[in-house]
Amino acid sequence: MSTKVVMEALSPTMEEGRLVKWTKAVGDAVKAGETLAEVETDKAVMELVARADGQLLQQAVKEGDTVPVGDVVGYIGAPGETVAASGAAAPAVSVQPSAVSAQPAAVRPQPAAVSQQPSAVATGPVAVADATRVKASPLARRIARETGVDLRLLHGSGPGGRVVRKDLEGAAAVPVPRPSSPVPVAVSGAAYEDVPLTQIRKTIAKRLATSLGPVPHFFLTSEVDMERAAEAREALNRQLGDQGKEKISFNDIILKAVALALTRHRACNAWWQDDHIRFWNEVHLGMAVAVEDGLITPVLRDADRRPLSEIGAVARELAQRARERRLKPEEYTGSTFSVSNLGMFDIDQFTAVINPPEAGIVAVGAIVPKPVVVDGEVTVRRRVRLTMSCDHRVIDGATGAAFLRTLKQMLENPLAMLL
Amino acid sequence: MTTATAQPQQQSPADAALQRRMLREMLLIRRFEEKAAEAYALGKIGGFCHLYIGQEAVAVGVSAALTPADYVISSYREHGQALVRGISARAVMAELFGKATGCSGGKGDSMHLFDAEKRFMGGHGIVGGHLPLAAGLAFAIKYRGGDQVCVCFFGEAAVNIGAFHEAVNMASVWKLPVIFLCENNRYGMGTAFERVAAVTDVVEHACSYDIAGEVVNGMDVLDVHQAARRAIQRARKGGHPTLLEVRTYRFMGHSMSDPLHGVYRTKDEVEEQKRKDPIHQLSHRMLQAGTIDQAGIDALDAEVHAEVGDAVKFADESPDPAPEELLRHVVVD
Amino acid sequence: MPTITYRDALNQALREEMQRDPAVFLMGEEVGLYQGAYKVSRGLLEEFGAQRVVDTPIAELGFAGIGVGAAMGGLRPVIEFMTWNFAVLALDQIVNSAAKMLYMSGGQLPMPIVFRGPNGAALQLASQHSQAWESWLAHIPGLKVVAPATPADAKGLLKSAIRDNNPVVVLEGEMLYNTKGEVPEGELLVPIGQADVKRAGSDVTVICHSKTVAPALKAAEQLAGQGVSAEVVDLRSLRPLDESAILTSVAKTHRAVVAEEGWPHSGIGAQVADVIQRDAFDELDAPVLRVTQADAPMPYNKQLERLAKPTPDKIVAAARRVLYLD
Repeated sequence: MSTKVVMEALSPTMEEGRLVKWTKAVGDAVKAGETLAEVETDKAVMELVARADGQLLQQAVKEGDTVPVGDVVGYIGAPGETVAASGAAAPAVSVQPSAVSAQPAAVRPQPAAVSQQPSAVATGPVAVADATRVKASPLARRIARETGVDLRLLHGSGPGGRVVRKDLEGAAAVPVPRPSSPVPVAVSGAAYEDVPLTQIRKTIAKRLATSLGPVPHFFLTSEVDMERAAEAREALNRQLGDQGKEKISFNDIILKAVALALTRHRACNAWWQDDHIRFWNEVHLGMAVAVEDGLITPVLRDADRRPLSEIGAVARELAQRARERRLKPEEYTGSTFSVSNLGMFDIDQFTAVINPPEAGIVAVGAIVPKPVVVDGEVTVRRRVRLTMSCDHRVIDGATGAAFLRTLKQMLENPLAMLL
Repeated sequence: MTTATAQPQQQSPADAALQRRMLREMLLIRRFEEKAAEAYALGKIGGFCHLYIGQEAVAVGVSAALTPADYVISSYREHGQALVRGISARAVMAELFGKATGCSGGKGDSMHLFDAEKRFMGGHGIVGGHLPLAAGLAFAIKYRGGDQVCVCFFGEAAVNIGAFHEAVNMASVWKLPVIFLCENNRYGMGTAFERVAAVTDVVEHACSYDIAGEVVNGMDVLDVHQAARRAIQRARKGGHPTLLEVRTYRFMGHSMSDPLHGVYRTKDEVEEQKRKDPIHQLSHRMLQAGTIDQAGIDALDAEVHAEVGDAVKFADESPDPAPEELLRHVVVD
Repeated sequence: MPTITYRDALNQALREEMQRDPAVFLMGEEVGLYQGAYKVSRGLLEEFGAQRVVDTPIAELGFAGIGVGAAMGGLRPVIEFMTWNFAVLALDQIVNSAAKMLYMSGGQLPMPIVFRGPNGAALQLASQHSQAWESWLAHIPGLKVVAPATPADAKGLLKSAIRDNNPVVVLEGEMLYNTKGEVPEGELLVPIGQADVKRAGSDVTVICHSKTVAPALKAAEQLAGQGVSAEVVDLRSLRPLDESAILTSVAKTHRAVVAEEGWPHSGIGAQVADVIQRDAFDELDAPVLRVTQADAPMPYNKQLERLAKPTPDKIVAAARRVLYLD
């Protein structure tokens, strides 16, 4: 009986792999654990190893072919043995049938229900699940599922590195809200209404309490003239409109300006890491998005390197999926700095709470026309107030002020962004 | 102790009608068991199935001495006792077939026939296990001041079991209205009683426990009937238990899966015993006395043939128990 | 509310039920003239007479079977075993006759019978007289099994058992007979199949029954001193098992320790752990741990006996482990 060699999930996110090179030829003796082939995953080139002893009977895919995880790439068996007729096209793979037969035969006393249980669970790359398995208590798994925490990013404090509930309490996790949650409804006559905390609300509470309390905040505010940015935006949008493309918003311009300003003020693009400070060379901007029962901060990766039009598209797409709660964990973790905008709520100015371990966040108010003195004359200009919250352990007053000044200059003179 | 071997019948107290009834009941059991053997061979009956062929006179003789209010409890070779207690051939056969219409709803089996209304308190499958139950039924009768009795059928092999001694002792101490009726067919499955019992006359155990005892010829239904009447009367009057050792013989193997003869008994022995066939003995006596003629016997036989044929058809056509029966009656809801 | 012993609570239950229903009778070794080996039946012979308080020979199989037969005949027997160690001789009647009668008769013969007596270890009674049988008995479909820990539960459960139309096994405790507790006067029925939270807590659930309830409560006290809030759930009934009480508590604490007097293999705790893993898998923050008697016959030597038994310290240690404190 030959054993199938299947494309294994060699990274947690891998869905397919390109077989770069066979390291065993047909007819070669192989032992379980020996490398059969090199496979390029979405992240790296990895080794595909034999799961059985014997001889490589067949290479079912050519070098360079890309194969979905779970598909057969070859067969191992006894010398001279022929491969079962099902061939290379067999869709998925079976793991050892004995693993399947370990299913409990009887479950509960309902005999009818039991007899309807499928007796075998033969599809799906079960074996690979172990390779990426995170040891976590069932409760920790449930909380992680409900709050959207990626268990792989955590260090478990339980026996053998098991992730337990307490490890999730301090996790750098941003919740994925559940589709429905109790919304407080005013009940006439009642002095108050007690509404239980949802998981997302609990997480927000915990996370923000670990911010304002332990993080020594200070705040810097600057009013920025947006008139030239507005002119630039109108010009750009005319052009984009002619090309049938999506228009850019003030927020896109602010995101882009913040990202560029950060590249010039690395001191503000940093994480507080208790015993060290990590200064980032990449700029990943968290953008706070209000969702039905909380907020979530999707990450605009490499914001400094993306063109303005792309920032707009990506930001809208992320925000949309955030509201639909369809973000993947890696799409809301790993930001280096954040921006929060409440301009649409007609808030002139506010202070935002830092999202640890980041060291700063910029709070954007509404853009409002104001009488200002320009060149000795009172005139009406569109103005916005930006407030930066800084973690004083990372950013000093002057450091923050310098960053904010650069940001102001870029917005007031969009051409400066090109410098 | 009043150990007494029954004397040959000088004058039958049973009238012709009673004899005719007993002949019919023995024929019914015989034909029923033959059909059961056939159905077993056809795979209609599964599991264990212990036939009563050869021992018919015991159940019939005792049953004729009981009232409907009396209790009967038995071991796993109890088809005959169930039938003469009044459970229909249909309900017994359907139980052997494992059908919903069986007297235990198809959940008992050949060894666990029950009809509480007919006071047939079960076949029981653990050798000797039902002897204490018989004493308990008698205890309940006495507790309530009733005049019923409980007859407990068991094989001679049960005498070697502790439960026999515990039950007989307490029945004697408490003067319970119970008749311990040992059907001594000489073999516990494939082991001759004398090979495993220090005292081979079962009746002698009556002496140990200070109760009445009698040895009875189990191939003679009238002899069984007379002895049963005496024992039942003793129990009814003053709650004195009796141990009846009824000497009988099974013409078949221990169960359907056992040989008729072989290493433990010879074919000659079985043939010799078959010459004492209780049905033949009674019919011969009745023919001699002129209380029946051959045509009458043939008519009775045809009647029970039809009854058993109908029972098989009924059992065959009856439905299996519904799946929900699996979890029903585990406890009273 | 009067404070009485567990022994007297059982006595009250028997007396009240025998007064209420003339079909109820008590049978067993030394229950009458001697007033009961543990004096549970004190005064009953005098009140109800020898027909209803029946002294038997030492013949557990026989009188258990007589009880079953009497139940078939419409009575409601209470069969007392001097201890459950001797009741093993009667298992054929309990298992093959009592538990199956209803089922194999196709529902014709209910079995209103109670089998009761002390279960488990006392003090230095050694191997053959120090055994906890609940997992054997709770294994059997057709039986109900209760194991009261307090005088009030003893009275309420025995009364419920006597009124039940199924065979009910009542596991008492020699070491419990002298314990005292408040027992409400008059009618007291504790439903069979209902656990009781003997102490509320939030960090860890200790599931116990019968003689492990007291050590579990002591353990909870010790844990409280260490800042751990333990919830003590007394199962009271082992069959049917109050799964919802177990699950409710574990959903609150996310950690469970099961304490029992029996041996570890195939024990009650294994059953409870199965319930938890099956229906509260996502609630668990740690594996369920069990505290049991040592996996050995009970030694006579006092020190060894102490080592063998479940103790508050062992329960505390298990609780700390499921809390990842040790």
